[in-house]
Amino acid sequence: MNGNRVAVVGAGMTKFVRRAQETAKELSWEAAHLALESCEMTIDDIDAVIIGTAPDAFDGVHMKSEYLSDGCGGWGKPVIRGYVGGGTGVFSALQGWYHVASGLFDTVLVVCEEKMSSCQPHPQAAFLTIFDHTTERPLKPNLLWIFALEMNAYMSRYGLSKRDIATVSVKNKRNAADHPAALLGDPDITVDDVLNSPVLAWPVQRLDVSPVTDGAVALVMSANHVARRVTNKPVWVEGVGWNLDTSYWTNRDLSYPVYVEEAARMAYDMAGITEPRKEIHIAEPYDPFDYKELHHLEGLMLFDRGDAPRAAADGVTQRDGDLPVCPSGGLLGVGNPIAAAGLMKVAEIFWQLRGDAGARQVPGSPKRGLAQAWGDLMQVGTVIVMGV
Amino acid sequence: MEEFVYESVYLRRDDFEEGRVLFETWDPNTQYAWDAGVAIGRYLQELKAGRLIGRSCPECNRVLVPPRMFCESCFCPTDAWVPVKDTGTVLTFSRCYVTWDMIQLDEPQLPAVIELDGASPGMGIMHMLGQVDPDALEIGMRVQAVWKPSEERAGSITDIAYFRPLDSSKD
Repeated sequence: MNGNRVAVVGAGMTKFVRRAQETAKELSWEAAHLALESCEMTIDDIDAVIIGTAPDAFDGVHMKSEYLSDGCGGWGKPVIRGYVGGGTGVFSALQGWYHVASGLFDTVLVVCEEKMSSCQPHPQAAFLTIFDHTTERPLKPNLLWIFALEMNAYMSRYGLSKRDIATVSVKNKRNAADHPAALLGDPDITVDDVLNSPVLAWPVQRLDVSPVTDGAVALVMSANHVARRVTNKPVWVEGVGWNLDTSYWTNRDLSYPVYVEEAARMAYDMAGITEPRKEIHIAEPYDPFDYKELHHLEGLMLFDRGDAPRAAADGVTQRDGDLPVCPSGGLLGVGNPIAAAGLMKVAEIFWQLRGDAGARQVPGSPKRGLAQAWGDLMQVGTVIVMGV
Repeated sequence: MEEFVYESVYLRRDDFEEGRVLFETWDPNTQYAWDAGVAIGRYLQELKAGRLIGRSCPECNRVLVPPRMFCESCFCPTDAWVPVKDTGTVLTFSRCYVTWDMIQLDEPQLPAVIELDGASPGMGIMHMLGQVDPDALEIGMRVQAVWKPSEERAGSITDIAYFRPLDSSKD
């Protein structure tokens, strides 16, 4: 492990909802307040603040993190915003790690917020500018295209069945039924519900996709000497990794996320993990679409290429399976307020490894887990490995 | 962890439509004129003339499409213009039945990534498919550009109207 030892010592979040009455600042405050309360700290204990939030265009507010900073506890403190699109939530936790691991700060507050509902008529408008302005935007692309193109490439390469992939959506929405913050938990959903939902952009159907969501999540991260003082259940950051692929996305092999593999290798090396399939007990890969969870499990080298869908259909990734995946309910079930969704995954690993996950607790006292997020123009992988 | 979840207030569409909550709106007036740049400027010029072109890298020898003045892999200048063909292979495709703001479409849009003949393997561009039964599409299908008439071309990626299946007898 490089640098000083760093632990997550507290976490809090808002309920994830389709449209929150609270402003973005208010949501940030709610999450930050509860994270501090969870470890009995006050803002005076915080040396620096990391803010994670995705496109400014969602809120129509330029330099959104400066706007949010008051609600995030940033007043009068060193503040930084990291932004790697959908990868932001986990990236913010990585930034929290290196702020403390560097020795510069003892305790930091990491706050990720997203309020997608303000953008009218649909927040997808904020995503359209991701395409190249000269060679792509004249074709009037919409964001679903790139997922559909990637999912089709993935399915065709390995001869995958939509029925196997749909089991991910069912698993996550059922898992989310036990999450007190979830937007789309559903204990009764079936694979046929997913397969019979409207086709948006084949092979992507309505229930393959996570919902537009508002919400915020916050973590408190501390150096070893502080962590041992404030909690008897610190969850240690053991490895971090991140990696970016080319923005010439049509030049890439869309069937495999090599950037996720590179990010995972960096995190595994730091954590001293040589056999991830044995040494990782629970995983929260990014699941904005059901196929993405599988794509990422392969990139994380937890399954061979093309094998994750069959394993999911066989129950391996259920909460009581050999490798519980997205026991929180993930983005498909809890919801997808972009940056906040990634940090929700880190918070879930924190709660799971402490044995605090309530009805969602995976059996067998897991000792090590990872969270991973993904984003930008489907090109960034961000990975954190944590253990107790 | 339940006690560390804040009970945010959930609003519904009706709350806005029926005026139960107060809100403010903003209609931004932002317009942009983007420079095409050195590489894409030439790409657009060639499109207007009914041709496609890439750039080659002297170190990895890839033919890069869309063209760029530098190789992002070798991080060196590219050094030559290379004509590529207007025929190619579908690397992946979709049938999209909704607009970006989720309005249903009767006829699907058919976006695809197409590897042009003469470009390096896997070097695709995004474009549309047309003149084809949407249900007959498959990865690996051979396609050819359908150009707009020369008087309608403007130096834009849309100077190619779409790609249609290549007549195999002429392949």
